[in-house]
Amino acid sequence: MTGTAGVEARRHVLADALREVLSEDDRHWQVEAIATVGADPAAIMRLFPAAGRVLPRRALVEEPLTAWSWTTDEAARALLLAALPAARRDQALRELYRYGDRYERSAVLRALDVLPVGTVTQELVPDALRTNDPRLVAAALSATGLAVLDERELVQAVLKCVFMDLDLTRLPLPEERIAPQMSRALADYALERVTARRSVPDALWPFVQRHPPHDVLAALRRVPQRTDPVEEPAE
Amino acid sequence: MTRIFDPHIHMSSRTTDDYEAMAAAGVAVLVEPAFWLGQPRTSVGSFVDYFASLLGWEPFRAEQFGVAHFCALALNPKEANDPGLRDDVLAVLPRYLVKERVVCVGEVGYDSMTPAEDEVFARQLRLAVEHELPVMVHTPHRDKVAGTVRSLDVVRESGIPPERVLIDHNNELTARMVLDSGCWAGFSIYPDTKMDEQRMVRVLQEFGVERMLVNSAADWGRSDPLKTAKTGAAMADAGFLADDVDRVLWRNPVAFYGQSGRLQLPDTTVPPAAEATYEGSSILRGERPRPGA
Repeated sequence: MTGTAGVEARRHVLADALREVLSEDDRHWQVEAIATVGADPAAIMRLFPAAGRVLPRRALVEEPLTAWSWTTDEAARALLLAALPAARRDQALRELYRYGDRYERSAVLRALDVLPVGTVTQELVPDALRTNDPRLVAAALSATGLAVLDERELVQAVLKCVFMDLDLTRLPLPEERIAPQMSRALADYALERVTARRSVPDALWPFVQRHPPHDVLAALRRVPQRTDPVEEPAE
Repeated sequence: MTRIFDPHIHMSSRTTDDYEAMAAAGVAVLVEPAFWLGQPRTSVGSFVDYFASLLGWEPFRAEQFGVAHFCALALNPKEANDPGLRDDVLAVLPRYLVKERVVCVGEVGYDSMTPAEDEVFARQLRLAVEHELPVMVHTPHRDKVAGTVRSLDVVRESGIPPERVLIDHNNELTARMVLDSGCWAGFSIYPDTKMDEQRMVRVLQEFGVERMLVNSAADWGRSDPLKTAKTGAAMADAGFLADDVDRVLWRNPVAFYGQSGRLQLPDTTVPPAAEATYEGSSILRGERPRPGA
């Protein structure tokens, strides 16, 4: 689902999941904090960091925890942001990101995918994509984050995922956004890896297969003594 | 293997080789206090970015080697003397003192014992009380005895309970007064200067192990991030029991910084290993982390 309805639906799923895993005390804290933010929006500046000190940090839904998965504190923080009046939200996101520690920054980035927000996504996602913390990069590359990247930025983002050993099967990228330039860039990277006798992640090949660059694939087949079988598209 | 918690070590200037060596030597947890960069900062933005790095990139780096990184934050004594920046930095500091990985206000104290340093020291002690955090006090390297006496006076005036205060960089001449005050006594062990592990062993033999902390500082002078481990070895050679070594190198830092209420320790029943990246970092379990892109 795209647009506002999708965002809201994802937020409801998040709230339900959080309710399941929090202890009674923690749920109580959460409910109080949301009410406080609703009544006094400025309070989020103190409650957002506090959530990290008070609430546990565990996988929200899946185990084992990966860079792609929500944690309990991230979910709680997203719901605090949802309690803000819409007019205050973008500015709060900017400030909380600017002054956030790594956990708060990933919470802000993930929250962009479950809240109605304005242009702040376009400011924060490129910033996060310049970091070397895989958790921040994965948090930035939600459906909402991917939507603000142009074709060139998207190629760089996907390459970065591969460099950081992030699991590409978890990237919520619609197939139609895989342009020839991306297939080529990933095939080139595969050639580099194979030439260096290093492995290539399986998840890379569907991206290459979308617009298979035949010259690069031919070069790949010519590399001697490959260390692992390379899955290539039929021509 | 001895489990080690380095209570005062500057990692932002250290290489990944250092982290690897520290992890192999048994360092599982550390506290990195905010300090100067070797030359003066010229804008509050530099401080903001530095605080952010102690809460962002540096703990991530540490995590890659199975080391849990916490920090102390403050306006350091040297830069307390900058009239242009002082108020702006102190105004932004409270935003950072509320972060979950900040377990202490520090390094505060004296560099040259100026009136500006007096004022900033006292203001930050008040911030520590307000944020319910313990304090790390840097004692000056020049005129150390006088600086320590004065630091203890300021601490006493502030009303902070002494057990919430660590007076650091002690030597044989300051240890007695610091311990008598009820504060914790920290010792920075260096290769050539200041305090070395043999002298440290003699200090421990004289004063005991209670409220004693040993660190490698690893700051701008010639330093060695493995000095904690080497001090532990020297203690063992001198006849201290393994329990004493564990007390000084692990349980004491845990007790001191635990007063913050924020010290969440990794599972230390698992011995440090090559795969410590997973054990030390539940958050990246299941995904092989690689530094750099």
